[in-house]
Amino acid sequence: MKKFYNGPWVLILPTIIILVCIVFLPLVISLWTSFTPYKLLRPDTIYKFIGLRNYQRIFNDLDFWVAFGRTVLFLAIALNVELVIGLGIALLINKITIGQRLLRTLIMFPMMFSPILVGFQWKYIFNDNIGLLNNFLREFGVIDPIPWLVQGNLALFSIIAAEAWSSTSVFAILLLAGLLGIPRDPIEAARVDGCNAWQVFQNITLPFLMPFIFIAMTIRSLDVARAYDIVQMMTGGGPARRTELLWTLVARTGYVDAKMGLANAMSYISIFLSIAFTFFFFYKLMQSRQQLSYD
Amino acid sequence: MTRKQINNILIWLATIILVIIIMIPGLWVMLSAFRPQVDIMAKPAVWIPRNLSLLQFETMLFGGSEGSMGRSAVPVLDYLINSFTISILSTVIAVIVGTMGGYAFARYNFKGKNKYFLGIMLTRTVPGISLSLPLFILFARIGLIDTDFGIIIVYVALNIPFTVWLTDGFFRQIPKAMSEVAMTDGCTKLQAFWHIELPLAKSGIASAGIFAFLISWNEFAIVSSLARSTDSKTLTVGLMDFTAQFVINWPGMCALAVVIIIPAFILTFLVQKHLVSGLTFGGVKG
Repeated sequence: MKKFYNGPWVLILPTIIILVCIVFLPLVISLWTSFTPYKLLRPDTIYKFIGLRNYQRIFNDLDFWVAFGRTVLFLAIALNVELVIGLGIALLINKITIGQRLLRTLIMFPMMFSPILVGFQWKYIFNDNIGLLNNFLREFGVIDPIPWLVQGNLALFSIIAAEAWSSTSVFAILLLAGLLGIPRDPIEAARVDGCNAWQVFQNITLPFLMPFIFIAMTIRSLDVARAYDIVQMMTGGGPARRTELLWTLVARTGYVDAKMGLANAMSYISIFLSIAFTFFFFYKLMQSRQQLSYD
Repeated sequence: MTRKQINNILIWLATIILVIIIMIPGLWVMLSAFRPQVDIMAKPAVWIPRNLSLLQFETMLFGGSEGSMGRSAVPVLDYLINSFTISILSTVIAVIVGTMGGYAFARYNFKGKNKYFLGIMLTRTVPGISLSLPLFILFARIGLIDTDFGIIIVYVALNIPFTVWLTDGFFRQIPKAMSEVAMTDGCTKLQAFWHIELPLAKSGIASAGIFAFLISWNEFAIVSSLARSTDSKTLTVGLMDFTAQFVINWPGMCALAVVIIIPAFILTFLVQKHLVSGLTFGGVKG
């Protein structure tokens, strides 16, 4: 017993107990529920086992696959845009010598906004009637208001813009930290040997930045589901489900349609999507770190 | 003009455009909180702010006064109190529990250490909305739906992984020798921790606490599912409630947005320095 009090376990136990009760146990409940036809209005249905029928239904459900595809597309576009713009911002600030610290602080501004605030802010800006953007365009002669959040494709574009605004700074800040840590010698040596700016970037800067890019990607993929807050605020999945993502579909199925069994089956797929994204980038991070130490 | 000068001008131009895109949307919302409804709805748009007032904040926090849009339908003051109660309590508990865990990971070697660490971190990948479904079922059975306590323990679980990650890193930076010296001088392990290692890790633990507070303060997906009334709804859910009304009260929502952003603003500014190092260490050094 004395050994227990001196060991690490007495310190870790509270962490493990809380995580088991609040995360692992609910995930087991969630898994069980996904094998039942559980509906909130009929509590006894939670004990009825129907095997994989919920999953079968999902696989044949076009609405689900459309939302799934849209989610993957949304993440692919958003993450790439954030990376490219974030890299651009980092390179730009790296070039500036006067006021660099101030700029770095300004870049962090979007990080102070919670996803729900980001959603609200852009809902206000993109509002077709009184929004800043349409008011601004009207001054330049665009008389017909553009229905940013009312027309399906535009609405998805608007949500990606909001998402990019809020998360690009994570990339910019981390990549800037990476740029500031790059040793000057190899760059100057390459310049002396006649490399042009692009060759220096491609062969020296980028390999050094790779671990930072994957750290940013890993951190970002941990909370891809923050898009739920933004979408819920901006469009609620509308118009006519044209901005429905996996997460809003899960919420709608579970809480609005009260089909908990089906929603839990969908939510398991969304969990695997998140874990897959995180693992992919974490693996890439380890790989790029190894590569850097070999060179 | 030389090529270098043109280059410099282009860089500054790009920087100015960048700053405008980053700052304007947020500042516009903040400005709108102080503007009268007529100016916000006006066409053509009124660009130069006029008649700025605190009317929206008065209406929101203390009920309607003359000339406002009447008593606010959203009980913001209750939500504000809930937000503070839930965020502060969940932060304190998460920091205590997480620091213990982080210390154990930094100072002890035990079997399967890395697996446990990874397991703890993996709990963060579960999307909030996915976690909320089974929690809703569970809490409905044991009567924790719509209680502060229920939401607090969920937030503690959300905040622990990151706190463990950060404090583990901070304790690693403190040389082991310092507490070993203290222990040869007759300190117990606990005394060495309390008088030497904890004070050294203080600023790190404080920033872990600020991160935890911000995560709780900003959370929406889970609290919007588990909170049903003024008993436990927080400000983020309150902001959503505004959109459910028939006529969207833009200035009111902007005022609430300002209330939500102020603590986040101050706290993010305080942890600015730790933000980058906190996110990158462990990632690069390994």
